[in-house]
Parts: sequence; C-alpha cells; structure tokens
Amino acid sequence: MAAIFANIDLAFLITALVKIVGFTFMMILPLVTVCVYLERRFSAVIQDRVGPNRVGIPLTLFGFKKDLQILGIGGLFQAAADGVKFILKEDFTPRSVNTFYYWLAPCLTVVPALLTCAVLPFGSELDLSLFGVVQPVKAVIADLSVGPLYTFAIASLGVYGIVLAGWSSNSKYPFLGGVRSSAQMISYEISLGLSIIPVFMVFGEMNLSKITSFQDLNGWLILPLWGEGLSVGRWVLWIPMMFSFIIFTVAMFAETNRLPFDLAECETELVGGYHTEYSSMKFALFFMGEYAAMIIGSGMAVTLFLGGWSIPFGPVLTSLTGFQFHHVAGSTPLLLGLVHIGVFLAKVLCFIMFFILIRWSLPRFRFDQLMKFGWLFMFEAALLNVLLTAVLMIWFPLK
Amino acid sequence: MAIITVQRPKLAWHEKAFISTLFKGLKITLSHALRTFLQIAGKKPKVTMEYPEQKWDDQLPDYYRGAPALVTDEHERERCVSCQLCEFICPPKAITITPGEIPSDDPWAKVEKRPKEFEIDMIRCIYCGMCEEVCPEQAIFLRKDYAITGLSRKEMVHDKKRLYEIGGQRVGLVNKWNELK
Ligand code: SF4
Ligand code: SF4
Repeated sequence: MAAIFANIDLAFLITALVKIVGFTFMMILPLVTVCVYLERRFSAVIQDRVGPNRVGIPLTLFGFKKDLQILGIGGLFQAAADGVKFILKEDFTPRSVNTFYYWLAPCLTVVPALLTCAVLPFGSELDLSLFGVVQPVKAVIADLSVGPLYTFAIASLGVYGIVLAGWSSNSKYPFLGGVRSSAQMISYEISLGLSIIPVFMVFGEMNLSKITSFQDLNGWLILPLWGEGLSVGRWVLWIPMMFSFIIFTVAMFAETNRLPFDLAECETELVGGYHTEYSSMKFALFFMGEYAAMIIGSGMAVTLFLGGWSIPFGPVLTSLTGFQFHHVAGSTPLLLGLVHIGVFLAKVLCFIMFFILIRWSLPRFRFDQLMKFGWLFMFEAALLNVLLTAVLMIWFPLK
Repeated sequence: MAIITVQRPKLAWHEKAFISTLFKGLKITLSHALRTFLQIAGKKPKVTMEYPEQKWDDQLPDYYRGAPALVTDEHERERCVSCQLCEFICPPKAITITPGEIPSDDPWAKVEKRPKEFEIDMIRCIYCGMCEEVCPEQAIFLRKDYAITGLSRKEMVHDKKRLYEIGGQRVGLVNKWNELK
C-alpha cells in the first residue's frame, strides 16, 4: 500500500486537478454563458435590434436605485438570469418516455463535450516557481500524443445523447430529430476526420502542444508569415491546408448541429427536434452541451490552423522589441503564459463570433441536400485533399 | 390571361456552389451588424425604442383601441343607462353590470336607470371595441391607455370608479336626455 502511494506524484495530481477544474469549470462553462450572450447580442445587431441590454447585477432587489451594469455594458447578466430561470422552471417528464434513457440523454450530451477539452492546449506553460512549483506547468490537462484521435473518439459519443433523447422521448418529432442527427453526424464525421489528416501529415505529429509550439515559431498553418513559414514549401502546402481548414470548419458546423446544418432541431419542421419533450434544466443541459461542443470545436480549429495560444508574429516581435513574445520551453515568464491563455480565449471567441454570424446569415439546408453535400462533395474533397498533400509533400517535405 | 411566367434566375457556378452567395450574405449581415452596433454604441438605436423610457403616445391615432372606459357628459351625468347591451355583446364576457334605478327625486329621474356597479375584467378584455360599437348611449369608449398592469387579478378588474377616472368627461356627443339635444 505504502509503495503505491510512494509512486504517486502528488504535485502532478494536484496540478492536474487544478487544471481540470480551472479549464472546464472556470473557462469552458463561463464561456458558454458568454457565448449565449454573444449569440443574442450579435444576432440582435444583425437584425437591427438592440438585444438583451438591461440585466445587470440586480441591486434593485436590495433596495438600491439602479442595477449594476458591469463596464457599462447592459445585459451581461442575461445568461445568469436565463440559468436561474431554467433552474426554477418545472421539470416535467412526460409519462410516455423511457425514463432511464430520458434522464441519461442530457448527461450524454454534456459529458463528452466537456471531456474533449482534456487535450486542448489552452496556453503555453505557466511558470509557477513563485508558488514553489519547480517544473513549469503545461497549460493542458492531458498532454497526449494522440490528442486529436482522443477528441474525435469522445466527440462522436455526443451523438448518443441526441439519439437517445430522440428515441426515449417516445414521440415522433424528437425521434425524427434523433434519426436525422445520427445520419448527419456519421456522414460528417468522416469528412471531419479526413480533413485533418493532411495537417498531421504536414506536422508529422499528433501532439497538440507540439503542433502549437511549432506554429508559434514558424507561422500559423494557414498564415505562415514568419519563421520557417516563409519557405516555398510552406506556401505550396498552404493550398491543401486551406482546403483542410474549410472542410474542417464546414464539417464542424454539421457536427455541432449549428445552422445551416441544424436539421436535428429544425424548428420549422420538427417543433424542437430531439429536445422537444425536455424542459427546465434538462433542456438547458442540451443547450450547454451544444455550446460546449462548439467551444471545443473552435478550440480545435484554432489550435490546428490558427496557432492555438500563440501570439501572431511572436518571434518577430521578440527580436524587434526585446521582450519575449514567443514560447520557449522551460523559460516562459508567468505573465507571458497568462497572455497566451488570453490569446487562446480571444481566438476561440472570434471563431465563435464567426459561428454566430454564419448562423444568422445562411438559411437551413434541406435534409437531402445536406446528405448529398456530405457524401458527394465533402467526403471526396477531403479524400482528394489527403492525396494532394501527399503528392505535394514528395517535393516539399517539411521536416 | 395574365399569367406571367417567371424565369428562374440563371446562376453561375460559383453562385450555385454557395461561394459568392455566401460572401454576399455575410456582407449584408455584417453591414447591418456594424451599423446597428455603432448606433447602439452611440446610444442612438434608430429602429428600436427603449420602451419604458421612450414612448410613442403622442403618435397614437384617434382610432386607437386602448382600455374601454365610461364617460360622463357636460352635466356630469353618467351616460350609461345600464342597458347591458355591451355586457351581452362582449365576446370574452369581460363586462359585468349590476343595473340600478335612479331615485325619482333625482334631476335625471327620467333616465330611470344607471349602473350600480360596472366592472370590466381587463384580463379578459380583448380590446375589440364591440362595447363602444353597440352602446346606444355613447357611454363607453376605448381610450388610449394601453399599459394596464396589476399585481393581482383583483387589481386588473376595473370598477365603476376607475372606469370613470379613465374615461373622464366627454362633451359634444348626442344629448338625448336634456333639452339641449
Ligand atoms: S355602456 Fe352603453 S351599452 Fe353598456 S350598459 Fe351602459 S348604456 Fe348600455
Ligand atoms: S373592448 Fe371588447 S372585450 Fe373589451 S370590454 Fe369592450 S366588448 Fe368586451
């Protein structure tokens, strides 16, 4: 017994725990609320409306004159109000449902979505020597060398939540939504997986932290403007990389059930789709799972194609200003580590804004169009892209 | 005869593949977003009114159908004779009238009746204006009050006093009960 305990690295355990709690519960979940707020405000301005602009910290409840608006931006607490509303609503379970799976489904949507964030590097490293931690702490929960594989493996579990919700609800609209969703997810998962094979071929690496460090030094994958990125090879390979990026993004829209591919909920045809029969916090869990999946998906795209946490032109800035802007393993100041986290979050937020913009710009596809597009175009394009990259890499090997 | 055959627009390949159309769409939404955002940031949203602070009351047309209310005439006489026509016509049955007799020593004794109680349940009222239409005495009118709120159901029932408060005096109507006519 004592031997087992002796083998456990306590410092590692504690940092891992702090990272898990810190990343999933202090970053992803608050980001979900930020997303909801952004979605509402952004859609509002797109439609010439104002959007939620009144909810603040409700000081009026305690006898103050005005509610407190943080930074003078109204409505920042709308998401919190929504959350409270969800908790206070009646949690209604229809009598005809298959109770066990009915309860299981919302959990099955949220849990995989949150699990996938384990391999995402959300920052370079944090130098915690101030607090007596000798080794710099890597800002990623699990530094796996098969990161993306893990992500796809877990993310594809997310479809079970939707299918089970549709099936256990024992009602036709959710059922149709669930069936549609499973068909859609399976079709697009193929192109999603195929689309990033060229990326790994170029990097020769599946460890997301190393991929990001490489991009930090040598230019982002689709923006190779510094370091080795200025070589001819990188620019020739830029073409298939751009294809990859586009296919990956489109497939991700389909994977996260966002418009224009949200055939699974599709209000105009299916009432509410797979979550029609859900209410209160169970419905909110679906909502949260969807947004969490969106955040992780954006994080993945940012990490693979847009340099993850790296500051654009990091090494160039370093040599120009004398301050350190890029990541050097083992000697990255704490401040820079924090800035890297901030940069990562900013990039993810920008990507999510793009998600939202697309949602409010494009109409929904018809289901047959969606399947046709997935199988007859995306799949082939992704496959050809792998070939193209392979052929190009004969003449322009990267490493 | 007048059948117009509409030709489907011929789309170029990039339009069919959603490439140029995608960017066109994004341009439209982004420009709207930017414009409205600047308006909001400048605290002057042009399309949306911030309701409780900004109101449009002076723009309400004369035929606006707000809360129904009872009116009195030049002589402070209640115009309603509690014939109960409005009570019968009211589609959601929002009106409840208890008719009362006018005592013979009253100067308006010849009118004979006036409502003892007159209640309109504003939770039921659908602002249809039937009561105003049907009233033979021009006693009930839909006014321009629209923000009828209350914290309880009871509060939302307008009694006679409240109805006259909203309605007030209305002059220049037909006077069939006095010599003025
Ligand atoms: S308001 Fe008009 S219709 Fe209604 S009871 Fe009085 S007189 Fe009759
Ligand atoms: S406006 Fe219509 S609903 Fe309202 S009290 Fe008059 S008749 Fe009834």
